[in-house]
Amino acid sequence: MFHIYCPYCEEHREEEEFHPKGQAHIARPDDPDACSDEEWGDYLFFRDNPRGIHHELWVHAVGCRKFFNITRHTVSYEILETYKMGAQPQVTAAPRETGEAHGAEGRADAKDIHEGVRA
Amino acid sequence: MSNPVNVYDARADHAVVAAESPLAYSYASSGTPAPARHSRVVMAERAFLGHLILRGGAIVIDEALREVLGLSLPGRPNTLTVADDGRYSVQWLSPDEWLLIVPGGEEFAVEGKLRQALGESHFAIVSVGGGQTVIELSGEAARDVLMKSTAYDVHPHAFPVGKGVTTCFAKTNVILRRPDEARWEIIVRRSFADYVYRWLLDAGEEYGIGVTRESHHEA
Amino acid sequence: MNQPNRLAQGGRIDRRQPLSFRFNGQTYQGYAGDTLASALLANGVDLVNRSFKYSRPRGIVAAGAEEPNAVVQLGSTPATQVPNVRATQQALYDGLEARSTNGWPDAQRDVMRWVGKLGGPFMPPGFYYKTFMAPDSMWMTYEKAIRKTAGLGSSPTAADPDRYDHMNQHCDVLVVGAGPAGLSAALAAAHAGARVILCDEQEEMGGSLLDSRAQLDDRPAAQWARETLATLAEMDNVTLLPRTTANGYHDHHFVTLHERRTEHLGETAVSADGHRPVRSRMHRVRAGQVVLATGAHERPLVYAHNDVPGNLLAGAVSTYIRRYGVVPGNRLVLSTSNDHAYRAALDWQEAGREVAAIVDARDAPEGDVVERARAAGIRIITGSAVIEAKGSQRVSAARVARIDREAFTVVGQVETLACDTIASSGGYSPVIHLASHTGARPVWDESILGFVPTTVAGVHAAGGARGVYPLNAVLADGLDTGVRAATALGFTAATPAAASPHCEAPDEGPACALFQVPHEKSTLRAPKQFVDLQNDVTAGAIEVATREGFESIEHVKRYTAMGFGTDQGKLGNINGMAIAARCLGQSIPETGTTVFRPNYTPVPFGVIVGRHCRELFDPARYTPLQAWHEANGAEFEDVGQWKRPWYFPRERRTAEGTRLETMHEAVVRECRAVREGVGILDASTLGKIDIQGADAREFLGRIYTNKWQKLAPGRVRYGLMCGDDGMVMDDGTTSCLAENHFLMTTTTGNAAPVLEWLELWHQTEWPELDVSFTSVTDHWATMTLTGPEARKLLAELTDIDLDREAFKFMDWREGHVAGVPARVFRISFTGELAFEINVQAHYAMHVWKALFAHGDKYGLTPYGTETMHVLRAEKGFIIVGQDTDGSVTPEDLGMHWAIGYDKPFPWIGKRALTRSDTRRENRKQLVGLRPKDPSVVLEEGAQIVFDPDHAIPMPMVGHVTSSYYSPTLESGFALAVVKGGHQRMGESVYLPMADGRVHEAEIVGTQFVDPKGERQHV
Repeated sequence: MFHIYCPYCEEHREEEEFHPKGQAHIARPDDPDACSDEEWGDYLFFRDNPRGIHHELWVHAVGCRKFFNITRHTVSYEILETYKMGAQPQVTAAPRETGEAHGAEGRADAKDIHEGVRA
Repeated sequence: MSNPVNVYDARADHAVVAAESPLAYSYASSGTPAPARHSRVVMAERAFLGHLILRGGAIVIDEALREVLGLSLPGRPNTLTVADDGRYSVQWLSPDEWLLIVPGGEEFAVEGKLRQALGESHFAIVSVGGGQTVIELSGEAARDVLMKSTAYDVHPHAFPVGKGVTTCFAKTNVILRRPDEARWEIIVRRSFADYVYRWLLDAGEEYGIGVTRESHHEA
Repeated sequence: MNQPNRLAQGGRIDRRQPLSFRFNGQTYQGYAGDTLASALLANGVDLVNRSFKYSRPRGIVAAGAEEPNAVVQLGSTPATQVPNVRATQQALYDGLEARSTNGWPDAQRDVMRWVGKLGGPFMPPGFYYKTFMAPDSMWMTYEKAIRKTAGLGSSPTAADPDRYDHMNQHCDVLVVGAGPAGLSAALAAAHAGARVILCDEQEEMGGSLLDSRAQLDDRPAAQWARETLATLAEMDNVTLLPRTTANGYHDHHFVTLHERRTEHLGETAVSADGHRPVRSRMHRVRAGQVVLATGAHERPLVYAHNDVPGNLLAGAVSTYIRRYGVVPGNRLVLSTSNDHAYRAALDWQEAGREVAAIVDARDAPEGDVVERARAAGIRIITGSAVIEAKGSQRVSAARVARIDREAFTVVGQVETLACDTIASSGGYSPVIHLASHTGARPVWDESILGFVPTTVAGVHAAGGARGVYPLNAVLADGLDTGVRAATALGFTAATPAAASPHCEAPDEGPACALFQVPHEKSTLRAPKQFVDLQNDVTAGAIEVATREGFESIEHVKRYTAMGFGTDQGKLGNINGMAIAARCLGQSIPETGTTVFRPNYTPVPFGVIVGRHCRELFDPARYTPLQAWHEANGAEFEDVGQWKRPWYFPRERRTAEGTRLETMHEAVVRECRAVREGVGILDASTLGKIDIQGADAREFLGRIYTNKWQKLAPGRVRYGLMCGDDGMVMDDGTTSCLAENHFLMTTTTGNAAPVLEWLELWHQTEWPELDVSFTSVTDHWATMTLTGPEARKLLAELTDIDLDREAFKFMDWREGHVAGVPARVFRISFTGELAFEINVQAHYAMHVWKALFAHGDKYGLTPYGTETMHVLRAEKGFIIVGQDTDGSVTPEDLGMHWAIGYDKPFPWIGKRALTRSDTRRENRKQLVGLRPKDPSVVLEEGAQIVFDPDHAIPMPMVGHVTSSYYSPTLESGFALAVVKGGHQRMGESVYLPMADGRVHEAEIVGTQFVDPKGERQHV
């Protein structure tokens, strides 16, 4: 069970007080009628599913009833930050296109997959 | 368009109309074990109080509340202000929402005065007293009963007097608050009140829980 | 009554308190302070179980949670059965009744042993998968038989008289394990000012200190433990939880503990003060930091017939002698790879029994204890190991030989030593189970020949749990870990009072790596060498698995069942990894290890459930009228968590006497009352949301599909709510209370989700709108008075002008009903004249009773949800979630009139309604169905086809969503979704049923009664 810091209540609360609402920062298009069917479908149905840093929208349903965002690591489940609606995340996924770091991380991931199976 | 909001006195005259508190059903169906010498926790309902939800900006609501009731709005999250005589209290529920509890029968008048004091500000006031009730827990084992019921930390370090939170309680949710050293208050929705009552009787059984009934006719 | 293996003195038992108990029907005696296991050993009970697969006789091996064999069934009555109890963890109490879990009819005369003997050679690894998987349908039958013989315990068959509960705990530092490391850590953290919880799974806190030979600050280790516990118990910021096992380590330092509060006292908890204490409790701990001082489990050596009763762990031998005053045999052979295990031989000899030999796999062992053993005259055979145990029901001899560990062979002559007990030690495995739960990966540490947990923020392994074994080092490590955990949370460092006690560093020689002991024959030809005693996994099985191509240790585990079930690999896992590594020709780190999942030891269901059972399993939500409904015989239907009257059966006189109406009879009567007289429904469960603000109207226009700009105060409108995918998600009426003030109603089940939905859009997309939402569902009670006589009845009780012109359909008015301030809404869900009376819930019972006091002359009839459904369906009114399923648009429902395509704001759902798919003509559309045979009531959910003669599979074109018998039509009728249904009025469709019948029905409009809607306007 997660322990989540509510940026409005300014304290940690148990996960059972919250509802997850999916990926954060998905704005509704200002002019839906100007969207193609495909664009509208992207907005409605398509979401990221990263291994690693993920920004999520949650609501403190049993509490202050405020929506806010969580940056969470989808492997360790560590919550790296929570921030109010309208704010931007301070922790973001590093670009993974090039460089040594990527290679090393890639190997680590492969190992995780191999050994991460729970008994 | 005369009044932008419909303010309605839904309270009946309790001298004429038989009012039933949210626990009326429970008293009849589950009984009210009397407190005994070995009772380490006692439960009591404070029924028929006026409950008002205040929505809006903290600054304007604070001003209006001081003007009308001489009560200051709790500024910090999860805190509670109780008037010196204990008859009025106001609790932070969210950055733009507070719960004001007043003596039963005063809610309509208080709402009117607050609305007047708030004038043209953006705000909302909703009377919700018919839909919830206050259950009081006292006694040395009150905290143990709460620990069985909520994952919120009720240790005095984490939950000093003057704190109040909305949180999960067994399989429902309540407002839990600590108005003074001796008492805990649980504010529960009417439809869940029987569940909470039965839960408390069960959780308090090993501490010899007793129930006291107050007079249901307000002064 | 004699206990042949009990010493005259010594141990931590109370010989003045004899206790009587029964095991497998036989009566024995033990003492207070015994575990069931120590008492059984004291009585010389060798055989405690039959093995899982081969039905071999098994005895007690260990003294703690890692015990694989002595898994027993407790309880003397059908109500008090507890399966899967480890005898090593169960305190003895007077009258305890236990029996072997395995072995049927009993472990002594076991019919299954013959099956086991015959089946043995024919039960290779993967046996269950290979044998029982085909045919699929037979699995259930096989499973039953396997369970019966395999002994997974049996559950109680009568109601449990005991109470269980949960306790939520919070602390800064949770310390798991109260041995030397845990006590030191708890003391350090507590002195630093942290809130500390210290839990320990054993009957007595102190861990290895309880049977240690060491002196701490010049007093016996056990005394130091006692004094430290007393200090901790006096501190306000410390909670001690003895008899409490940490079983699961969940996210963000949430740990579940199982506390056994009365299990050591008796079969059921004994009442005190007339109040029954809680038998078992789950502590749900949210900790800031966690110290895992869980110690290490000794590893047995894997040699032939190492499962015969009389084979024990070396450490367990010491524990039984020193803690319980029990010597589990007469003549001992110790087989070891390390110094530490020598204690067993020394203890054995000091207890006055004979040590045949210590067999040490190392060529030149040296160290304090080795010297002490030599000085005591014990024969030490070096460079050797026990390669095979002899005996069937009990060890009779040990075959000992010199071994070449590198070459994995026996060298030289085999010597047979007569003995009745073989103690073995292959080193120690840190107990990393809890750390594993967090996702921490175990890594091999060659210096201790074991896996240790990797670091995870906030999780600190201390002492044996991370491979630190010498006592002085364990104490220092515990102290240091406690300080680190506390300072990580901002507490200042410990005071000098929390310094480690003085403890002499032992002089220990290095251990050698030995897991499986070679035999003269190859592993596959040698007698069985057991790795996992509980699951009957042998070294040979692991070798077979690797030969069959299983290379990943996870696959080997699953194929052989090693570490399965309640055992979770406590004893055998590392040996198994080592054997797999040897067979695969690779190192242990290359092979890796499997990890563990919760729970560490079995947890009774009662503890998991706590108080959330029976009538407290789920909240029952009641309306203010519940007492009346019950008093008037209502049958109830669950709608979400609400209890709603379903129907009100009355007594009915028949030739045979009086009986209650059936539901059908009651519903027919209730429907007629509404259509012909007046009925009343408790509609208090409908969701109600108070909406205020200058932009409330604008907000409604964005969230509903229809228009709200012109709705005047005093008026009510029906609204449809869609997701942005254009699919209907809720409906209800919303009333304009004043220019900036509305009261929205939602369906009963959707009250909370709709409120969250409104907040979602307001908070995330349109925070600039001045509007706020407050749930008033519980504040208002709602009573629906409906039927042609409704006006006349209400007029007797209200000051509101009910004239049809003054108070029109879809108006609402304020006034009084039965002396109570009320808002009355002229809306109808039945198609009849209807008034929905809303009063503050405190007065609902008063008003309801007043209506009945006046209602007799109009035949006022209470009705429930079933009648409500029939009446609304006759009118074609939908129920969201019944007639819709998240794939239905307003257009599909034929509700074009409720869509404001020309509203200025692109409201929620609008864009999706112009997608090509939502405009498709052959979408499933809501229609009415009239069965050709009026006596037929179609099945809800029945599939619809156009051509019943089509070859199977027939193209299915829709299904029935609502179906009832209508007393008004005197016929069955239904609502259904049918492909292109709106263009198919009058056509026939077919509903093939499972029994072969095919119903025919005609597609009609959805309004079966009063299609012009005149009756509600009267």
